[in-house]
Amino acid sequence: MNFDFSEDQRRLQEEVRRVLKDISTSAEVRTVLDGKASYSAKTWQHLADLGALGISIPEAFGGAGLGHLELCLIAEEAGRALTAVPLLSSIYLAAEAIKLGGSATQKAAWLPQLANGEVIATAVLDPRAQTLAEGRRLTIVGGKLSGTIDAVPDGMAASIAVLYVDQRLVIVDLTSADVMRIPRASLDPSRPLAKLTFDGTAAEELSGGDTAAIARRITEGAAVLLAFEQVGGAERALYAARDYALERHAFGRTIGSFQSVKHKLADMFAAIELARAHAYYGAWAMATDAPELARAASAARVAATDAYTFAAEESLHLHGGIGYTWEMDCHIHLRRARWLGQIIGTTHVWRDALAAALIEEAA
Amino acid sequence: MDFNDTPLEAQFRAEVRAWLKANATERHTREDKFGAGLNEDDYLAAARTWQAKKAKAGYAAIAAPKTMGGLGGTPAMQVVYSQEEAKFLVPDCVFEVSLGTALPTVAMWGTPEQKEKYLARAFMGDHIWCQLFSEPSAGSDIGNVRTRAVRDGDDWVVTGQKVWTSGAHFADYGILLARTDWDSPKAKGLTMFIVDMKAEGVDVRPIHQASDEYHFNEVFLNDVRIPDSERLGHEGNGWKVMLSTLMQERFALGSNFSGDLYAQLIGLAQQAEWNGAPAISNATVRAGIADTYIQQFGVDLIVRRGMSAISRGESPGPEMASVKLIGARAFQTGGALAIELGGAEGLIAAQDLGAEWRLPQLLWISAPGARIAGGTDEIQKNTIAERVLGLPGEIRTDRDLPFRELER
Ligand SMILES: Cc1cc2nc3c(=O)[nH]c(=O)nc-3n(C[C@H](O)[C@H](O)[C@H](O)COP(=O)(O)OP(=O)(O)OC[C@H]3O[C@@H](n4cnc5c(N)ncnc54)[C@H](O)[C@@H]3O)c2cc1C
Repeated sequence: MNFDFSEDQRRLQEEVRRVLKDISTSAEVRTVLDGKASYSAKTWQHLADLGALGISIPEAFGGAGLGHLELCLIAEEAGRALTAVPLLSSIYLAAEAIKLGGSATQKAAWLPQLANGEVIATAVLDPRAQTLAEGRRLTIVGGKLSGTIDAVPDGMAASIAVLYVDQRLVIVDLTSADVMRIPRASLDPSRPLAKLTFDGTAAEELSGGDTAAIARRITEGAAVLLAFEQVGGAERALYAARDYALERHAFGRTIGSFQSVKHKLADMFAAIELARAHAYYGAWAMATDAPELARAASAARVAATDAYTFAAEESLHLHGGIGYTWEMDCHIHLRRARWLGQIIGTTHVWRDALAAALIEEAA
Repeated sequence: MDFNDTPLEAQFRAEVRAWLKANATERHTREDKFGAGLNEDDYLAAARTWQAKKAKAGYAAIAAPKTMGGLGGTPAMQVVYSQEEAKFLVPDCVFEVSLGTALPTVAMWGTPEQKEKYLARAFMGDHIWCQLFSEPSAGSDIGNVRTRAVRDGDDWVVTGQKVWTSGAHFADYGILLARTDWDSPKAKGLTMFIVDMKAEGVDVRPIHQASDEYHFNEVFLNDVRIPDSERLGHEGNGWKVMLSTLMQERFALGSNFSGDLYAQLIGLAQQAEWNGAPAISNATVRAGIADTYIQQFGVDLIVRRGMSAISRGESPGPEMASVKLIGARAFQTGGALAIELGGAEGLIAAQDLGAEWRLPQLLWISAPGARIAGGTDEIQKNTIAERVLGLPGEIRTDRDLPFRELER
């Protein structure tokens, strides 16, 4: 048994971490947070140059031809650096869907441009198990897409969308005149949302296979990849709190010497280790196409969402008043934890899915 | 035991209701908000006008003694008033520090001249007050205050920096904790002052909060001259004065944590669908609504017990520390549940999603501030453990040394 990543994979991770530390600075993330850009073009370009965007896209289609394990480690670093880029939309969802469900022509048309970052795609493939009344009303009639879908990640930055509608996986051109897009204020403004309305928009079907199974698979894969982002973000929040606990004095000692502070940091650590273990298991299941993916992905999603939410809340709290300022990044973690934890459904529905998978296995 | 108004309270309630009907607009939905669209100056002017109206009718300081410009009523009457006022659209978030903590401190420690000078006018809305205690290196450890007040003739000359001062950007006066003696142990060398926020040398800079609002400030004090007649309590007695303020604050804060988020959650859950079924029928959602009720209404009940203690002439004890602990958590978990109802769509900010989402989202993003302001969770827990449960305090090395010998 070797339940860990290889030396080569770790080296790649180190490299990505090093670059993102320099590029995806707080100031850079804040250009998006403050609404000056819909994503960080600079970070996106560096990820493309590193080959990170196309890491799991076949070489024949402009990628590096490596696997999901590498993509997982890139996701962890993207989360750690609070990157404000459309990785989920363009890579974890859209590129993966085209890779798995597209024809050779469709792959040739889109994957190289997604791999080099020149085209940004968005995608909604999950069933949106949780919705508000106005949420999702999409239909396809005779190859034409109509209706509205809200809270689409990176919906303004993207030029194409991959959608799962009426058992079909389709690609639509978002720049077409019959698509209306409006930006929607996001609780994490560094990860923007949009509302898309289609009015008989031409929708090209992805060619192949069991579309429901593909959509489910991609969504579960995204859950695993987001879990890595969450683990990366949570760890960053934890170590920010640890560093501050060493530096800040109260009552004549560092606050890190108070047992309740130590225990809180240790609780954060344990929650992150739990999430990391499930994320790794999810990575294995995704990389090997294992039948365990459903439960591995659900468990990773729940554990990682809980870990990041807890780490973000308590890291802010540990910073006291200064943690509650806009200038500190504590609130970006809080906002990011919520965004990542809800964008493909909250822990409530994923917990339910996990229980369902376990019950089915037990039967 | 009962929750009924006494005949006197019932009569007072009827009076208050009639007066509010005649002087303010009734609130129709929870989303109605006073002064939507007003800029800050106009909002402040409206708040002052409303405060003046209340003062003329006798409702500015219901529980304060008549000799101090109050109505001489009971705390229960104050609650009756607040309950009725909540049904009307009136300005808020302006006089809370004045009425909740600063003026009670002036009332308790002020000289007759100070009370004469400040109380009535503040009740009338002429003056807004703030509380200048915390500093960059003095928060939980408030005894670590380093702002320096040096005696010069009839004045004190004050230099230092305060931070997180709520409302300082529009306040006229503040109660200020400063160090007057560097040779005494940390808690002993402090003195409380009244500072004119418009005085020369006072520089207020708003701080951008995590919630994207600007309610608190940095306050720089540069050779600010404060006449000795504006000293609040004896020289060296600042610690005691401050503790009395914090007791007031704990109590004043209590009522901020009651609320009916559980009722809002019901309305919002009725809009949401989980796995094709109404979210309102989901067991997790129902448990969340129930828990939010237990916490929020529970806080309300604890505060009422405190009120009952006050009306018996006792003072509410350190058990009030549990209020903030429970209440701020309820904001955090209840607000988060509201946001979770819509899944991805719940991530849309209220300005685009709809007014009914504003308060739950605000509670969620303000909860971290509530867990810090007025003493952090850990400080509240220490209070409960040490003052209520009788557990020993942490071993301290800084308590008895002269302040100037303490390392930074
Ligand atoms: C929204 C808001 C409004 C405010 N308004 C005002 C105001 O109007 N006037 C004013 O004077 N101040 C105000 N404050 C300041 C507030 O009182 C302080 O922020 C608070 O007391 C904490 O102090 P600190 O920020 O220095 O954090 P620190 O004291 O440095 O605390 C940092 C962390 O260490 C922990 N810690 C500290 N001591 C211990 C211990 N003994 N055991 C375990 N853990 C410990 C804390 O719980 C916290 O998590 C406000 C703060 C906020 C957030």
